[in-house]
Amino acid sequence: MNHTLSVLVEDKPGVLARVSSLLARRGFNIHSLAVGPSHEDGMSKMTIVVEAPELEQVKKQLHKLINVVKITELESGQSIEREVMMVRVSTPPGKRSEVLEIAGIFKAIAVDVGQSTICFQVSGEPAKINDFLDLVRPYGVVDLVKSGRIALARDQKGKPQARLRAVN
Amino acid sequence: MTTISGAQSLITSLEHEGVEIAFGVPGGAILPAYDPLLDSSIRHVLARHEQGAGHMAEGYAWATGKVGVCIATSGPGATNLVTPLADALMDSVPMVAITGQVATRSVGNDAFQEAYTTGITMPCTKHNYFVTDPDDIPDIVHEAFHIARTGRPGPVLIDLPKDILNRATTWREPVEFALPGYKPTVEGHPRRVREAIDLIEAAERPVLYVGGGVIKANGSAELLALAERTGIPVTTTLMGRGAFPDSHALAMGMPGMHGTYTAITAIQKADLLVSIGVRFDDRVTGNPDFFAPHAKVIHIDVDPAEIGKVRVPDVPIVGDARRVMQQMLEAWGARDVPDRTPWIHTIEGWKRQHPLAYDQQPDGPIKPQYVVEELHRITGGDAIVVSGVGQHQMWASQFWKFEDPRRWINSGGLGTMGFAVPAAIGAKAGMPDELVYAIDGDGCFQMTSQELITAATDGIPVKIAIMNNGVHGMVTQWQRLFYESRFSGSQLGNKVDYVKLAEAMGCVGLRAETPDEVAPVIEKSLSINDAPVVVDFVVDPEEMVFPMVPAGGSNDEVIVGPGERIVMKASDLP
Repeated sequence: MNHTLSVLVEDKPGVLARVSSLLARRGFNIHSLAVGPSHEDGMSKMTIVVEAPELEQVKKQLHKLINVVKITELESGQSIEREVMMVRVSTPPGKRSEVLEIAGIFKAIAVDVGQSTICFQVSGEPAKINDFLDLVRPYGVVDLVKSGRIALARDQKGKPQARLRAVN
Repeated sequence: MTTISGAQSLITSLEHEGVEIAFGVPGGAILPAYDPLLDSSIRHVLARHEQGAGHMAEGYAWATGKVGVCIATSGPGATNLVTPLADALMDSVPMVAITGQVATRSVGNDAFQEAYTTGITMPCTKHNYFVTDPDDIPDIVHEAFHIARTGRPGPVLIDLPKDILNRATTWREPVEFALPGYKPTVEGHPRRVREAIDLIEAAERPVLYVGGGVIKANGSAELLALAERTGIPVTTTLMGRGAFPDSHALAMGMPGMHGTYTAITAIQKADLLVSIGVRFDDRVTGNPDFFAPHAKVIHIDVDPAEIGKVRVPDVPIVGDARRVMQQMLEAWGARDVPDRTPWIHTIEGWKRQHPLAYDQQPDGPIKPQYVVEELHRITGGDAIVVSGVGQHQMWASQFWKFEDPRRWINSGGLGTMGFAVPAAIGAKAGMPDELVYAIDGDGCFQMTSQELITAATDGIPVKIAIMNNGVHGMVTQWQRLFYESRFSGSQLGNKVDYVKLAEAMGCVGLRAETPDEVAPVIEKSLSINDAPVVVDFVVDPEEMVFPMVPAGGSNDEVIVGPGERIVMKASDLP
């Protein structure tokens, strides 16, 4: 089962390697991992989608890393999840307008137009991106890249979100 | 402020942490650090191999409770430390390893003696550092010692490129730690402590299952008080031997694969396991699905990740073992010792029926268990005992009567052959007034015996008893039991003359070949205090370790002795 974790880490050299190596050696499969600066100075935020039967051990083992400051489990419905995809679709002369029509529905932007391909940028919920991909796949997908999922907890006024305390 | 080199800053920082002794091997990249070491108050012991240096630091840490320090150069020096680091991580040994690294501009260029030390050691350290600015050295060293000794102790490595060691810097008092992600829990949750006390009071067949965490937390006095005031019998794991006195009426000995029948059975029949500083290791539980099937579990550990990893407890308590036991004693207050007479009687019965046993014939080959018992008798038990891994380790743990903590040192979790000789040297270096007697196997001894040159050269008079059976004993035992006695790759042969080998390394060599020679040769070994002593006990190669629960089996099925299998039904309650 896939779980989404938001992990606040100290921005120190090797921290990404520590996290990914720990998950690998404890036998947890990483589905996607995105990392970038956080709202706090000197801290980065990782969004990790991990495949594991249960999350307790993943969280506890991650917490043993000295540079891991906080782990929040983001449950679907209580968080906003986004992804960016760039996909180059084969667009022979007769098909170009069909593909652009689909792109219009999904608010996908043509970021590079070639003689026989168009590269689209599409962002949004992972499900929306997958839907777009399903629709353009029959035309021929020449190349594809995804950012990995990023996620934030929703503002839960009065509703405490599922989270693990910093230690313990 | 005085300008000094990064190397001088490093040595000053180690002195500031109170380091008395460092075990190491120099080399190109670490050379700058060795120069100020010569003028330092820190004693350097030159090991003959970096693995030896690492195990020496571990032995020192086990015996003294302080952080052990080892030093190695880049590349092979650092990779040779991997085994001791992994060993220290498994057994929660506080240790700081200092490694040299090629100069910063050469890093990543496959330079001479370059290895990616921080990457290689990431999974076998609690934390590690790659130093990029000599001004950071005081803070990093301070943090490293703090991380190594607090929470669940473990090894920390600091990798220092040669140019960083040579560059000019200044030394200053380290600043307070900025470790937002590292705040070990010390105090147990009061509500959980009360829940634990309620379970303890209500239990009819409780067992205290105690491990190395109690020794690490210096909690033996609290454990004794807790056991006596709650009237609960105690089993001490391989890592926890000495946490509770074996002579005590409530002591049941070691649990697990080669544990006492009493300890194994008591756990299987228990209705409550009070687990303190243990990790439900597979060598204790066998198949965890069948382990302690009737028991509710209280699990006290400083490492939250251990709680629920193998067995989900009824009452989890994260905290320092000693502090939590103090809280439990406070919560227990003036309650009477519960009447546990039927349970205690049952346990007494098992102890009488199934004591640890072996058969020493006066004219037969020497039994290794007899050597351990004679060593214990003649020394009065007043020694720090060190072992490697295998049959000799099990016999030492079973037949030595441990009364105090930090007087039993071995490689528990990782099971590192060759641990005993260097660990004994480290222990003796840290506790020079104590008798340090290693009980080693011949297979183990051959892996690191060259460190006896270190012991002889540096005046560290350890004593090593070799249980010489000419085979990898535990492997041979398994092949005898599970592989139709097909002894593949396990026979060492008898080509080594350990007396001559000892003498060649500047030690005294002694030998016993018959049972009547055992006591005199031990007496002789104790009379020599100006040199390391190696005693070659030529023991019965066919002797096996019993009791035994086969790996992955259920603890309901114990092989008590050769051909004697006792099968319990877990549902059969006393």
